[in-house]
Amino acid sequence: MEAVTAHALHRRFGAVPALSGVDLSVPAGSVHGLLGPNGAGKTTLVRILTTLLRPTAGTATVAGFDVLREPDRVRASIGLVGQHAAVDEILSGRQNLEMFGRLHHLGRSEARTRAVALLERFGLADTGSRAVSTYSGGMRRRLDLAASLITAPPVLFLDEPTTGLDPRSRSEVWEAVRSLVAGGTTVLLTTQYLEEVDRLADHVTVIDHGTVIASGTPSQLKGQLGGDRIDVVVSSPADLAATAALLAGLTGNTPDTDEDNRRVGVAVDDRMAALTATVRGLSDAGIAVEDVTLRRPTLDEVFLHLTATDDARMVTA
Amino acid sequence: MNRLRWALADGATLTRRDLDHWARQPAQLVIGLLFPVMLVLMFGYLLGGGMTVPGAVGGDAYREFLIPGTLALTMVFGLEGTFQAIKSDVARGVTDRFRSTPMASSAVVVGRSVADLLSAVVSLAVLVLSGLAVGWRWHDGLAAALAAFGLLLLLRFAMLWIGIYLGLVVRGEGALVAVQILVWPLGFLSNTFAAPSSMPGWLGAIAEWNPLSSTVGAARELFGNPGWGGESWVAQHAILMAVLWPALLIAIFFPLSVHRYRHLDR
Repeated sequence: MEAVTAHALHRRFGAVPALSGVDLSVPAGSVHGLLGPNGAGKTTLVRILTTLLRPTAGTATVAGFDVLREPDRVRASIGLVGQHAAVDEILSGRQNLEMFGRLHHLGRSEARTRAVALLERFGLADTGSRAVSTYSGGMRRRLDLAASLITAPPVLFLDEPTTGLDPRSRSEVWEAVRSLVAGGTTVLLTTQYLEEVDRLADHVTVIDHGTVIASGTPSQLKGQLGGDRIDVVVSSPADLAATAALLAGLTGNTPDTDEDNRRVGVAVDDRMAALTATVRGLSDAGIAVEDVTLRRPTLDEVFLHLTATDDARMVTA
Repeated sequence: MNRLRWALADGATLTRRDLDHWARQPAQLVIGLLFPVMLVLMFGYLLGGGMTVPGAVGGDAYREFLIPGTLALTMVFGLEGTFQAIKSDVARGVTDRFRSTPMASSAVVVGRSVADLLSAVVSLAVLVLSGLAVGWRWHDGLAAALAAFGLLLLLRFAMLWIGIYLGLVVRGEGALVAVQILVWPLGFLSNTFAAPSSMPGWLGAIAEWNPLSSTVGAARELFGNPGWGGESWVAQHAILMAVLWPALLIAIFFPLSVHRYRHLDR
């Protein structure tokens, strides 16, 4: 059973195409990550799937209902967390939840019970009667999530839920999403952060310029992208060549050398083993180093890679 | 039938939201109510001594004359509140969240209308009390006075739809300031504080044809308060125009607003 499907979705704003034929299929009960840079079309796609925007062409279903022909039934089946915390700043957390409960046509006492339960679940029970304007960014996000879960919808859309949050608030949101998924909710999540899909998603679709440029599980994608990287900064430029040769021998991949910064970088497959071997190898060779770092590829590197090589375009599960 | 019931329930939910705003921000409510009272005091006592009204002289007569104008001006300034509320919901994504729920799409405007009209009634009541305190009275009976209040609320209702439409259409941070600035000439280029006959000819004509002037003129007539008179057709038919002007504005901005709201998905 597919919770979300999209077929050949197009959307243009005037002459500007935002989506150019996107296909999507999200199995019920899974977390699907939609990864892409600003302006890739992620928000447009979410707005179409949540009935806020009409596609120029193409079809889509959510929870089995057509977004164009049965928008009311789609709306009754979804929760949406947009890019801004779309809650009333003046009202309290509890008043917000009760209002959205009423708008989902819950009875008065049911809306109240549900609001109290959600505040409890998202760690807002103590602050539930305070005005939202006094909340921290993370608390607002959690309230926003709670508001989208008033009716326990089977499908939840999260549009860049952690953009602009500090690391602690970000992990609070991740924790909340994980607990939802454990309850069987299907989640479609857009993000600019590789780390976020890595932590949360079962399946990832990468979009850029309104088209799907890659799709697969996070580990499949990372494999295609060359996985993690080790960067070594040496003390003396004279050691650059020796370091590059050493890293090539250890990893079997071709290192990049950045002479200006005295840095050699290489993709690695087994992070910890490669790190240990690199440090030991450098030490044995007597190369003085200033820094050794193990890191994930940045989104820039991901997109450079995806747009540079044709064989990485489609990774099928 | 079920649809209608939900539309009413959803409208009530959003009206309640605004009433909750008042309860949570009483200071804002009070400041909003005091602003027109301040206008009464400022024009009544600071400037009123220098004003002459046909058939009467001095500050007392000017205050008799001033109160209907301030009541109507407050209705026009209400446009800012409507605009601000609609625009901030759109900007913050609250409108999108509403639209992604199964609620009736009419509820946003129904809730807004009811809440804003309730707020207008409260403003009128406060202003009437302060008017009575500075010596203003209605002289032609309660029925005529109630008719005047009805016309004032009709003007507010017309402003409501202009505010909703602008709130849905206008983008950008400076928009509120722009609307606030534009509302002032609408308020002052009228017969509210000064006689159009005292203005340069073309300006006076614009002031006489200002919808606000018709409501002010009608209210003065119904309350039995002194007015500027005026020989022009529009000044002679103030009560008729106080009905026609708002009706025309509603006929323009109601469908525009509904269309705009329905097509937020375009």
